[in-house]
Amino acid sequence: MELLGLYHYWVFAILLMIGFYAVIAKLNLVKKLIGLSLFQSAVFLLYITMGKVELGTAPIFSDSGSGIFSNPLPQVLILTAIVVGISTTALGLGIVVRIKEEYGSIEEDEIQEIDRR
Amino acid sequence: MNALAPHLPALQVVVPMLVSAVVILLRPRGLAWMACTAASAMAFAIAIQLTHTVLASGPVTYLMGSWPAPYGIELRVDALSALMLLVVNGASVVTLIAGRQSLDLQIEENRQPYFFAAWLLALAGLAGIVVAADAFNIFVFMEISSLASYVLVAGGPDRRALPAVFKYLLMGTIGATFYLIGVGLIYMMTGTLNLADMEVLIQAVGDQRPILAAAGFITVGLALKAAIFPLHVWLPNAYTYAPHMVTVFLAACATKVSLYVLLRFDFFVFQGNLEGHAIQFAAYLMPLALLGILIGSAVAMFEKNVKRLLAFSSVAQIGYMMLGASLVTIAGLTAGIVHIFNHALAKGALFLAVASFATVAASLRLEDLGGIARRMPWTFGAFVIAGLSLIGIPGTAGFISKWYLITAAMQLGPGGLVLVAIILISSLMAVVYIWRIVEVMWFGEPANEATAPVTVSPLLVGVAWTVALANIYFGLSPDLPMTLASEAAAELLRHLP
Repeated sequence: MELLGLYHYWVFAILLMIGFYAVIAKLNLVKKLIGLSLFQSAVFLLYITMGKVELGTAPIFSDSGSGIFSNPLPQVLILTAIVVGISTTALGLGIVVRIKEEYGSIEEDEIQEIDRR
Repeated sequence: MNALAPHLPALQVVVPMLVSAVVILLRPRGLAWMACTAASAMAFAIAIQLTHTVLASGPVTYLMGSWPAPYGIELRVDALSALMLLVVNGASVVTLIAGRQSLDLQIEENRQPYFFAAWLLALAGLAGIVVAADAFNIFVFMEISSLASYVLVAGGPDRRALPAVFKYLLMGTIGATFYLIGVGLIYMMTGTLNLADMEVLIQAVGDQRPILAAAGFITVGLALKAAIFPLHVWLPNAYTYAPHMVTVFLAACATKVSLYVLLRFDFFVFQGNLEGHAIQFAAYLMPLALLGILIGSAVAMFEKNVKRLLAFSSVAQIGYMMLGASLVTIAGLTAGIVHIFNHALAKGALFLAVASFATVAASLRLEDLGGIARRMPWTFGAFVIAGLSLIGIPGTAGFISKWYLITAAMQLGPGGLVLVAIILISSLMAVVYIWRIVEVMWFGEPANEATAPVTVSPLLVGVAWTVALANIYFGLSPDLPMTLASEAAAELLRHLP
């Protein structure tokens, strides 16, 4: 059962690989960016799950409550990483828009074909 | 000045970052360039002052908001960081001063404020990577500098820059995310992000699988960002189609900063705490470094576009730096680190000269550059001197690093002779590709007698000459980079038995 007990790592690894596959295999530039977002989201989940403590609550300090908290630091880190991820996606989509304007296509093979001419 | 002195490590990042926000508002012509250059010059002055302090009294540490180290954010400038700060800030200020005309030609006036804001952000990010002393801040600064440099590369008039920058974005993000996974795994095992603290706490768990996986993720991710062969595929197109001045800036420092983080992690954190790390590091990276040296040089020999040719030469030069590091000896690492400095000088001067040719020539393909040396003898002179330095002729900076690299390789015994042979073969290949350009430029017939619509600004030629002469100066008296590099190598390899 150990294998199932580590299911959050499985989610991380599978999601990571789906994203990675899309980045490599898809020719459509927007689909590549979707893959990249998935790839990054998988890492966010890795960070979030590592901070979880069994029976732990939200890390708000008070006199009542159990006194067991999830580790807040990974959550803070990943807040920053999410912002980075959004900026990357936004910039990537901006570049795709420019590519569409210049080349009239967002398919990688067609763009390479145009450049070769 | 004295009141500010303790805050210099923070100001190194804060000055360009704050000015970048102001630069966007500077609409009047030329003002954005002026503000950007001034901020960059100030950052360079800070870097010089920090280097001075490091040389006089050892590493400088700075606690953000005075929170003590493993809990608060620490900035740290030691000999290696000081050398990198000199390279990054020097490259930026030199390029900006030289690049006024070239940037005016390539970047539309209404977009210039944004362009210079992105430039300063890239500078702030690169400087931030170098001064940061904790793993997560390095990631954030890495992304700041990467995002800004994607904008810079895509900023030019050449539309082929767009697919190139898209590829750069995908691969850069994958590299950075790999790094983030590695940092996460280490955090999971040690509970710390501060590099010095991590180095102590990792000892207890050095044999656990997550740490080994983390070492793999971090090394591969950073190798991708540092364009170490075979992970270099994003580099040639990005360098070729970027605005010329961006190529000068990025070629001089961007990949080297990722290399810096790689050295910092693999030697400062992992070396000495992971069993067999030194052997594995050498076993994986030395063959890649050698292949990079040979294939990069070989492709450069047959390349027809001058910028692309020099970009492939950069792949080979990164191989030299990695080769030095993969020897895992003080002498080897010193040679690798000093080559970071010397290669920045040589490649910087070469790309500055190329930018000067580009102002006049129809394109940078070799057939369009025929006979250009007779029209632009001064630029050509700077190009030749820098080319000699790239090859490694005695009396130039390039010779110093190759000499130390060969000396370090010889210490390996008989096996080292193979390395020496490869270094010599690759230097001969460099002779070939530099000579091909020189031959076309000097002896070639002008392709068409198109009269040059513009004359190259004397500032660009002057700066190209200054950097070319710096190659000779640091070839004759290499004390400054050598001192910093050997101190850095000694600190990185302090666990070596």
